[in-house]
Amino acid sequence: MRIDFTVNGRPQEADDVWEGESLLYVLRERLGLPGSKNACEQGECGSCTVRLDGVPVCSCLVAAGQAQGREVVTVEGLADHARQRACSTGARGTSLDEAKAWQPQGADSQTGEGTELSPIQQAFIDAGAVQCGFCTPGLLVAADEMLERNPSPSDADIREALSGNLCRCTGYEKIMDAVRLAAARQSEGV
Amino acid sequence: MPTNGVPTKITQGSGTRGGIGESTLRPDGTLKVTGEFAYSSDMWHEDMLWGQILRSTVAHAEIVSIDTGEALAVPGVYAVMTYDDLPAEVKHYGLEIQDTPVLAHGKVRHHGEPVAVVAADHPETARRAAAKIKVEYRELPVITDEASALAPDAVLVHENRDDHHAGHVPHPNVVHRQPIVRGDVAAARERADVIVEGEYTFGMQDQAFLGPESGLAVPEEDGGVHLYVATQWLHSDLRQIAPVLGLPEDKVRMTLAGVGGAFGGREDLSMQIHACLLALRTGKPVKIVYNRFESFFGHVHRHPAKLFYEHGATADGRLTHVKCRIVLDGGAYASASPAVVGNASSLGVGPYAVDDVDIEAVALYTNNPPCGAMRGFGAVQACFAYEAQMDRLAEKLGMDPVELRRRNAMEQGTLLPTGQAVDSPAPVAELLRRVKAMPMPPERQWESSEGADVRQLPGGLSNTTHGEGVVRGVGYAVGIKNVGFSEGFDDYSTARVRMEVVGGEPVATVHTAMAEVGQGGVTVHAQIARTELGVTQVTIHPADTRVGSAGSTSASRQTYVTGGAVKNACELVRAKVLELGRRRFGSHHPAWATAELLLEGGKVVTDGGEVLADLVDVLGEEAVEVEEEWRHRPTEPFDLRTGQGNGHVQYSFAAHRAVVEVDTELGLVKVIELACAQDVGKALNPLSVAGQIQGGTTQGLGVAVMEEIVVDPKTAKVRNPSFTDYLIPTILDTPTIPLDVLELADDHAPYGLRGIGEAPTLSSTPAVLAAIRDATGLPLTKTPVRPEHLTGTV
Repeated sequence: MRIDFTVNGRPQEADDVWEGESLLYVLRERLGLPGSKNACEQGECGSCTVRLDGVPVCSCLVAAGQAQGREVVTVEGLADHARQRACSTGARGTSLDEAKAWQPQGADSQTGEGTELSPIQQAFIDAGAVQCGFCTPGLLVAADEMLERNPSPSDADIREALSGNLCRCTGYEKIMDAVRLAAARQSEGV
Repeated sequence: MPTNGVPTKITQGSGTRGGIGESTLRPDGTLKVTGEFAYSSDMWHEDMLWGQILRSTVAHAEIVSIDTGEALAVPGVYAVMTYDDLPAEVKHYGLEIQDTPVLAHGKVRHHGEPVAVVAADHPETARRAAAKIKVEYRELPVITDEASALAPDAVLVHENRDDHHAGHVPHPNVVHRQPIVRGDVAAARERADVIVEGEYTFGMQDQAFLGPESGLAVPEEDGGVHLYVATQWLHSDLRQIAPVLGLPEDKVRMTLAGVGGAFGGREDLSMQIHACLLALRTGKPVKIVYNRFESFFGHVHRHPAKLFYEHGATADGRLTHVKCRIVLDGGAYASASPAVVGNASSLGVGPYAVDDVDIEAVALYTNNPPCGAMRGFGAVQACFAYEAQMDRLAEKLGMDPVELRRRNAMEQGTLLPTGQAVDSPAPVAELLRRVKAMPMPPERQWESSEGADVRQLPGGLSNTTHGEGVVRGVGYAVGIKNVGFSEGFDDYSTARVRMEVVGGEPVATVHTAMAEVGQGGVTVHAQIARTELGVTQVTIHPADTRVGSAGSTSASRQTYVTGGAVKNACELVRAKVLELGRRRFGSHHPAWATAELLLEGGKVVTDGGEVLADLVDVLGEEAVEVEEEWRHRPTEPFDLRTGQGNGHVQYSFAAHRAVVEVDTELGLVKVIELACAQDVGKALNPLSVAGQIQGGTTQGLGVAVMEEIVVDPKTAKVRNPSFTDYLIPTILDTPTIPLDVLELADDHAPYGLRGIGEAPTLSSTPAVLAAIRDATGLPLTKTPVRPEHLTGTV
């Protein structure tokens, strides 16, 4: 079957999709967007989390056909998504001018230097929340969505919102730090 | 993060930004947060096929027949291979003992053993075709524990053993046995005022790395193959893969693909050979990606263990003796079992000084899932038991458990049971003191003005209590882990470092075969190069087999050994650069000949700070490159009868304090806080050090209260191969993990550093168990603690 849907703001079509394929498979193997991860493929780990019409879902549990005509945001589109949100809403404390002037900090990086990052992506790097990084894309999408709903979360709020995302490396402490950091920077309009 | 202790003196490079000791950020961070980092499961090639493995549905059986006809007839299938299709004389592999068949030959020895492989143009086609392969099994009795393994009529898991342990084991179903005997336990026992005995059971833990086993094998024109794969040691894989393919090692090229965690589970091969076989058979690139179900069968686990201990002490709390027997279940194939036995036995009494010991550790061959390396590697199981024993002893003596530990704490100079002296700082008492001195979390922290926040209570959002029946407990534990490969292994690493001018700036390139599995080795390599070469720009070359071996990313060894190799190669490059400078500019300034020269901030400077030249000018058009192997101090094997020998390189110590709250009515546990104090020698990157300690701590928490692969004792089949049924800690299960990091230099190690990744996984588990015992008064001798153990409803 063919599927037409919007991914990270761009219309996409996938041909010859077998009916049993998941949205995750189509993103990764047919659209060249492997950022969403395949850690369990049974909806337990959250590494494949994407936004489907704004709602965070495990893309491994969404049949590809269910995405027909809908909007998907993946980790690859998170920076754009955050920028558009900042421009359209004034970013909860960030003025339009500030948003336009916002510069990502260059990471100490082999490649990807100067890549534009969303505040939550930058905070994950700065706080040391990335080790192997396999859980990172799903956590970023989930954390970004939580901060959109709840700009000043308590620790208990963060833990509850991210409880569907498994991480095996960090013990979650640095992930907590990263989300707190992103929330603080957001409230300061940095 | 507080850091304390004796700082290591570093002169070279102390003025260069981004060097060691700073929390520089990961070089792969941006790629990982944007989704662009290429993990092994992300590999893609035009016209690639998908490989699928057919695994045994029974644990122990003769294979009567295999019929692949229907599978081959499925449209889209390119190849089906069984044992009979293997191309070379060599058909087995293994880390130490080559006992593992690439595909089952006449027999399967555990549930989920690979029997056949399929390549097809879609993963679902490959799966369906594999399901059409007909395998007829004639089931055999299963060996599942020590009693069945050593029974007089026991079936042998491996017949006709000729490996180098076969001659000294008491039974062919014992992989390896290591006794360690020192002093006179019988005499010491007479001096004991109190004696405590205990029998403990450690469950089978899974590494549960998130990135599934996966990779892409691409056939090459010269008849060879290029494998992109997630592993912990490229050259160890290569040594095992090439003979089975019938290829020389130089025709098997390996490049490290992105690794989604490892924790020991990628030391053994998984899909590597199968992907290469299919690629060479079909002439097409073949990708294999396990799903989570298959991953539970596709790698070895942490050895479950039965541990029998006797501790004696005088009335003032001095240990008189320790006797113990540790029985590790190695499962169907040897994997790393012999080395795990070496660790469990040599570290079997923990970080304590005791002169009279009688230790025996064995690993069994059974038909349970194969077990091998996992973070902590034999030391974890022992620590769980000896720390429970120390608490029992304290209780019997009427002594504070931390005080009892302090009185017996090992120090620098203490002899291990192997007779080896610990010749670097061993701040065991200090770590306990520090972790005990950390502020306690407030009582009843779930209370708020709006009532109880159930998220902070046992049972969480299940809303099972608002504090009724909830009891707090506190427990302590400390452990010792060896760093690096032990027992005489030639544990070297290779580094190639190049320095040249690129775009008008001096740039260092570091090329090693080190597997970056998330630990941050790449970050540290760049820091070392900056410190040693005084440059800002460092490029980390992708890891592959075009450079010499970097050894395994395990045993907490990479920062020590490959880090040491990078440091050494940088020092050699520095000497060559200075020589170049002397040739070019030596006549310009007498200091070139007379002063101690350093590289800092892109310049050659004297130790007095005077600038002699820019590196750009010294290097000019030349590139300076060095590739060199580097070794830590040699070790020696343990004597097979007495266990004596200088078997270890270095030790790592951590102590934990666990605070738990237990709903005693429902048997639910909430870990409130898990504080850790650890000596790291020198924190090359404090942020990464904290991440390692907190991550390791959390894996120990998991095994304390959640994690266990459940194997049916009647059938030896795995009952919970999924993240639905095998639970690892979520962010709601994991407490805050405050740290106190001590830096006492080990003079034998580069920069005085200590390998740090494993020690926190040891003491975390027994600290949580001790806290639950403190809350409930129950003996609790098994991991994981389940609700029924607390409510008495087993």
